[in-house]
Amino acid sequence: MFSFKPDRSQYPAPGPDGKIEVDLETGKYLKLWHGPNHPGITGNMSVELTVCGDEVVEGKTHVGYLHRGFEKLMERRTFIQVFPIVCRVCVPEPDFNEYCYAAAVEELAGIEVPEMANWIRTLILEMGRFNSYMMAMGGISGALGLGVVGQWMTYTRDIMLDRFEELTGARIYHMFILPGGVRAHLPEGFEGRMEEVLQTAETYLADAEKLMFHSSVFKTRTQGVGVIDPALFETYGVTGPNARAGGVAKDVRKDSPYLVYDQLDFTVHTETASDIYARTLVRFKDLHETIQLIRQILKKMPKEGEVMTNLPNVLHWKIPRGETYIKGESSRGEYGYYLVTDGTGYPRRVNVRGPSYTHAMALLEHLIPGTNISDIAALMVSLHTYPPEIER
Amino acid sequence: MSLRDVLSPFTAWKHVINDPVTIKDPFNRPGADRYRGFHQNDMDKCIGCGSCEEICQNAAIDMVPVEGQEAGPGDSGLRPMIDYGRCCWCALCVDVCMTGSLTMSNEYTWVDSDPDAFRFVPGVDGKSWDLEPKGYQREDTRRLTGTTRAPMGELAPEDRIGNFCEIVDGFTPEQAVIEADRCVECGLCVATCPAHMDIPDYIAKVRDGDFEGGLQLLYETNPFSQACGRICTHKCETTCAAMHEGDAIAIRWLKRAITDSVDKDRYFDLIQKPDVPETGQSVAVIGAGPAGLTTAFDLARKGHKVVVFEALDKPGGMMRYGIPEYRLPYDVLDHEISVIEAMGVEIRCNMRVGHEISMEQLAKAYDAVVLSIGLHQGRSTRVPGSDKAEAAIDLLRRITAGVEVPVPEQVAVIGGGNVAMDIARSMARLQKIKYGRVGVTVTALEDLDRFLADREEIEEAQEEGCVIYPARGPQEIVLDGETVMGLRTWKVQAIFDDQGRFAPKYDEADEMIHPAGMVVEAIGQMADISLLGEALTEKLEWNRGRIMIDSTGQTSEPWLWAAGDAVSGPDVIHAVADGHRVAVSVGKMLAAKREKVQ
Repeated sequence: MFSFKPDRSQYPAPGPDGKIEVDLETGKYLKLWHGPNHPGITGNMSVELTVCGDEVVEGKTHVGYLHRGFEKLMERRTFIQVFPIVCRVCVPEPDFNEYCYAAAVEELAGIEVPEMANWIRTLILEMGRFNSYMMAMGGISGALGLGVVGQWMTYTRDIMLDRFEELTGARIYHMFILPGGVRAHLPEGFEGRMEEVLQTAETYLADAEKLMFHSSVFKTRTQGVGVIDPALFETYGVTGPNARAGGVAKDVRKDSPYLVYDQLDFTVHTETASDIYARTLVRFKDLHETIQLIRQILKKMPKEGEVMTNLPNVLHWKIPRGETYIKGESSRGEYGYYLVTDGTGYPRRVNVRGPSYTHAMALLEHLIPGTNISDIAALMVSLHTYPPEIER
Repeated sequence: MSLRDVLSPFTAWKHVINDPVTIKDPFNRPGADRYRGFHQNDMDKCIGCGSCEEICQNAAIDMVPVEGQEAGPGDSGLRPMIDYGRCCWCALCVDVCMTGSLTMSNEYTWVDSDPDAFRFVPGVDGKSWDLEPKGYQREDTRRLTGTTRAPMGELAPEDRIGNFCEIVDGFTPEQAVIEADRCVECGLCVATCPAHMDIPDYIAKVRDGDFEGGLQLLYETNPFSQACGRICTHKCETTCAAMHEGDAIAIRWLKRAITDSVDKDRYFDLIQKPDVPETGQSVAVIGAGPAGLTTAFDLARKGHKVVVFEALDKPGGMMRYGIPEYRLPYDVLDHEISVIEAMGVEIRCNMRVGHEISMEQLAKAYDAVVLSIGLHQGRSTRVPGSDKAEAAIDLLRRITAGVEVPVPEQVAVIGGGNVAMDIARSMARLQKIKYGRVGVTVTALEDLDRFLADREEIEEAQEEGCVIYPARGPQEIVLDGETVMGLRTWKVQAIFDDQGRFAPKYDEADEMIHPAGMVVEAIGQMADISLLGEALTEKLEWNRGRIMIDSTGQTSEPWLWAAGDAVSGPDVIHAVADGHRVAVSVGKMLAAKREKVQ
């Protein structure tokens, strides 16, 4: 109805490297910094845009604002001392770092984790996914001017943080999944309080659905915009909802189940349009799936049992030489930890495979040319990226 | 795009009448029950081991001295000071805390205009949350450092009672590595050990599998590491940080693991005399026990000529003639002493000072004399008939020397210390060999839980068939003419009077006769000081029957030092510490003498 087809013939043709040579002296083009403090940016990164009128000719991503050198820091910490650091690699969904690091250490050190701990770990990962999707829903709505949805989602996320607080003792950096298990059992009456959160979430999501997926404005701004060609998924390493929105039914939880996912029933939702709308819809459906998963976990998990195994003395814990890659399905796609040990008390190398690295840099740069400047924020948020995991 | 898509967004207006969801007063919102808020530290439980400081990845914790916290056995006197400019509230310090003293409250707001205020010592600098019961604490036991001791194999009672074979197997190198892993290297044990052995470092050597390096460390502070690895009273283990929530580290067995793992011949390569010039000065040591030989070891390594005069057949003192072979095999002791001899120490056995050579001769021939004669004379109960009783220490010496001792079918032992257990168990073995059965009764004044003997000694004695009657006081050794028939005891009601003086009270109605063909007294020993001679005895200053010494072990005579059980006691490791102390003092005197001559 309001489709906008720019006439690109007036711009210079891209060179062999895909870059466009623009001559700013002509006055035809303008350089714009989008971020890092622009409200429509997804955290501390920026995009250097070259615009012609309101069309973006080229976008160059700039990261580094959050670089704290975590991977290097880890090489200077003992295996237990790495534990408080890893969560900081991804602020909104930190638990994947805790899980992947713990599982990698456990594999290389030959440590068995109690059954109960695996259930609680799964619960925490799903709670984290819930929060992350809430942020994504709120983010995409906010980027398109639907501020009220952002507020509902933030509130819902906040009451889930209350559950995190009572379970783990902290709201953001939970530091709960230790190598060897988890720190504690569920608090008494946790299931009931969690159910209240889930029901509140469902109520708000029902309202949000009307404002997003049944809104002419939202549809106009998102359908057909920011389309990722499924043929590029492999080239750009696209995973998670971004790939599922293009019809690729890939989910690590299904394809190579970890923790207790093989004992849980859930559906991997896909769409075909591969645009902003499809990606948001996949997340929306996945969020409902997460709500059901949390209910399932609380119902199916054992009621008693150890949550932590005895570790060797962590103050001088040496792990035999080895390497492993532990992966899981985060809310943004495949999340992984590659850990190399050399028989000393320190990791030789830790490499974090955060999905944002590919999605927020190479893929975004590819998608930007030709986009209307007002859609840039929505495009970025639709890729659902968290800059801290780009710059470990 | 349908009409619904145009209208449905307006449904959001229904929320206009809802209450806002934001928290209006965040300062009065309590943290969750296990919230990781500000730290608390229970001063009654904290031992200042510093594990929290060690694990903190932010270096937010410093162990600092605080007023009112004195260092003492099992307590470094230091307390964790936390810097909230660095802390990330990960709570690893709480998880690793060896005593469970460090916890976190659920308090999370703290406003202060002074940035230094946020560096504080929890539990010392009073805070409003100090008594807050809510907050993060470990859910159950300590999981980050091992709590259970690696199992130690030993001979079953039925396998050991008929012989004098060593009971304890000792750790295999693999078991030792596992046990060594539990140590948190707090060093509280070092302060407790009389010889201040470098325990955390030699345990670290075990952990790294470097047993030879460990042996060299052991010999820096203890030339009787093989013996101490077996029979040390291991006071270090009573102050071990690990014992607060689990088993203390088996420090003694780890020491033994090092000494057992190194090939006996390698000792002579690893423990070598330092390349120092001979001083031309000489020292006589009287008594080849642990104190005397440690002094000799140290002084010989400084380049002095040392001669040890031993009254008995073989060197070793109480380690050989007091401790039964099933606890400390003689070949281990022989090897240990041969390492000391390799330093150039000359040991002359069967040289009883006062007989073969006099104190005056020693004083003239040597630059210094060290008296380390031990406690080789048994004390008597002096109850009627006690002149027919055997002295435990005398009996043990005869068993070691291979002299035939009478072995009646029934033996009664008086005493509740380690010597009582040693003689009871030795006699039990001889009875088993001779009669095929054990008939030993042990009586002592104390209740069983107040026995001076090590717990394991008591348990093993009982396992071997010795019957223990606690809280029974000897009244008479029942005689039939010259023949011992038994021991008569009364029930003890109190051992000490109101002033704390030894004055046992008995229930005379509760009398028992313990039939026995031999009664052994094991109630303590004293030094045989007859070797000093009248003139020297008169000249020396005394303190309650013991030779008076200063803090360095020197007597009132400038050429005479005293060490070991005869002046301090009560065990091998104290004797070793005493030996070092005296060696330093003697060494200083000799150096001063050399300087004077030059």
